[in-house]
Amino acid sequence: MSNRKLISGNRAVAEAVRLSEVNVVSAYPISPQTPIVEYISEYIADGKLKAQFIQAESEFGAMAACIGASAVGARVFTATCSQGLALMHELNYVAAGLRLPIVMAVTNRRLSQPLGMWCDHSDAMGERDSGWLQLYVESCQEVLDTIIQAFKIAESKNVLLPIMVCLDGFILSHTSEVVDIPELEDVRKFLPPYEPDPKYHTLLDVNVPMAAGGGCPPAYAMEFDYKKFEAQIQAKEVIKKVDEEFAELFGRRYGLVEAYQCEDAEIILVAMGTIVSTAKEVVDVLRDQGLPVGVLKIRSYRPFPKNEILKAISNAKVLAIVNRAISYGVGAPLYSDIAATTCNASHQPILLNFIAGIGGRDVTPKDIMTIFEKAKKTAETGKIESDVEWIGLNRTLVGG
Amino acid sequence: MSPESIIVSGHRACPGCGPILALKYVFNTLGKNTIAHIATGCMQVSLMGGGAFPGGEFPLLIPALHTAFETSGAVISGMDAGLKALGKRDGINLVAIAGDGGTADIGIQTLSGAIERGHDFIYICYDNEAYMNTGNQRSGTTTLFAATTTTPVGKVKRGEYHLPLKLKKDMPAIIAAHGAPYVATASIAYPTDLIKKVKKAIEIRGPRYIHVHAPCPYGWGFPEDKTIEVARLAVQTGCWILYEIENGKLNVTLKVTKRKTVKEYLMIQKRFNHLTEEEIAKIQELVDRNLMEFGLA
Repeated sequence: MSNRKLISGNRAVAEAVRLSEVNVVSAYPISPQTPIVEYISEYIADGKLKAQFIQAESEFGAMAACIGASAVGARVFTATCSQGLALMHELNYVAAGLRLPIVMAVTNRRLSQPLGMWCDHSDAMGERDSGWLQLYVESCQEVLDTIIQAFKIAESKNVLLPIMVCLDGFILSHTSEVVDIPELEDVRKFLPPYEPDPKYHTLLDVNVPMAAGGGCPPAYAMEFDYKKFEAQIQAKEVIKKVDEEFAELFGRRYGLVEAYQCEDAEIILVAMGTIVSTAKEVVDVLRDQGLPVGVLKIRSYRPFPKNEILKAISNAKVLAIVNRAISYGVGAPLYSDIAATTCNASHQPILLNFIAGIGGRDVTPKDIMTIFEKAKKTAETGKIESDVEWIGLNRTLVGG
Repeated sequence: MSPESIIVSGHRACPGCGPILALKYVFNTLGKNTIAHIATGCMQVSLMGGGAFPGGEFPLLIPALHTAFETSGAVISGMDAGLKALGKRDGINLVAIAGDGGTADIGIQTLSGAIERGHDFIYICYDNEAYMNTGNQRSGTTTLFAATTTTPVGKVKRGEYHLPLKLKKDMPAIIAAHGAPYVATASIAYPTDLIKKVKKAIEIRGPRYIHVHAPCPYGWGFPEDKTIEVARLAVQTGCWILYEIENGKLNVTLKVTKRKTVKEYLMIQKRFNHLTEEEIAKIQELVDRNLMEFGLA
């Protein structure tokens, strides 16, 4: 049983939080995340969700409150983006280091300055190496399903790391789609109430004296970080397993990556988030014209699914990597990660590095066409025109 | 105090440490059904510096969490909400421990939020009037004119300088202005007064704040065996007033009958060695004015 409703990405997040029977929500308002906490507040006010809500004095306070609540055994959720996520930065490492399974929705938005309300991935990229898992989604249905999955992934004793579910700000957070909303009792079968096991989970219990956190001498610090690294690697199997269990009950699966028309593709566009949906449409058009093109969606960015990526690109001559973030002085984060994945592989396609959709700039089917055209040219000539290709850059504005 | 000591051997505080004495009284009064958050600072290093690692014993018989420096108010809010959501809040003391820097400077935002929202917790600020854990840099509660490593006395500077209407940032007044049901000051030189206040705080619901004056021999510059004496002089000179504000009602818990001059308190500390008679007079003036506000002059 389920209900099909026309809802926004933000409503999908809130519905998933309700269905996950979260105990504590702590957040601070920031656009375009605010509707999430407003909807959750309504559910709590109406008794549809029995949770404690803390509107903290800042995002920093929101994450600190999440840490406190998680440490006493509560299932915890928060949502933020942009400046708010940057303000949380210090505590994101604390949450991951304490191995607390906090779930956070990130409505991806650019970081100031100049201030911009709109989407790019620079906010979440700043947290790339914090130890948090990061899943990037492309539809409102995937938003709802992934938030529910995220609790199960994070709480697994083989993971015990916090997790970000990243949805493109406004493009997904404020766009409505028809979403299949499962019944609470069905979600309960998939995700029972959180019962931390003190053998594995960080859990403060008055009957058990313990120091959680605190100083760590050089003789032990690397070992802590090694365990965190190991948990991220183990998370790949957990994400797949949780996805399969979810598919059995609800009939929808997403995987670590999604390879769309990649099997015989000579040119593959690699991207995360909503750009993927646009690219799929363009691939259909180009396939009709007989061009062997495909799209590889990176859903799990942390952990980075090396084997799944290598399998999907095994016939590709050129990978067109589309980044919604910039790594200054180098290029872009996703490009660097793909390069690190392919550099020692037996099959090495040519990699093209595209920067697009910065600060909410639309990435249109025409832009995707341009990217495929450039990639086709490289496939034919073997030549790379530029280390970094800026899609849609207005040269007259930058004096070039 | 609880018949069983909560703080046991193995802490790493310096000889003559004031704050560790404050925490001994606090923890032993709170007893076993307590969960603590200890903010970065002297006491975190002393109690959780090495955690459970060899050579770094954990000398508390309760669970304690350390997250960061400025988090106390917010983490304790989360613990309160978490335990309430799970139906486990009753019978547990939640205590946040932080120094003056972690309270009056970097942590004031999360503390203000937690108090204003009305979370159920006890907050203990141990005030040694500077960032002692990092080697004595000035904080918002450093006394006017005191020499610290970032307010040194040189040819043109005369030690700590701030708005000259207050001896130091008045944290208890700031918390009281939030409407907290219980706000108190205390001193390690008056343990029965401190213990009484902790006991009272345990019985009250909502945010409760106790600000404990706790001298530091190394930062302030006095011998390790004079900590209590210095703390007592702060109270006997009126530099530190012992009071409580319960539901908005002020009660001075120690009325000093033969008040000493501030000079007696200042001159036994190296941080005030450079003071001129005029500067001492200025401090006396501020102390007298403050006493008048409490109706004690």
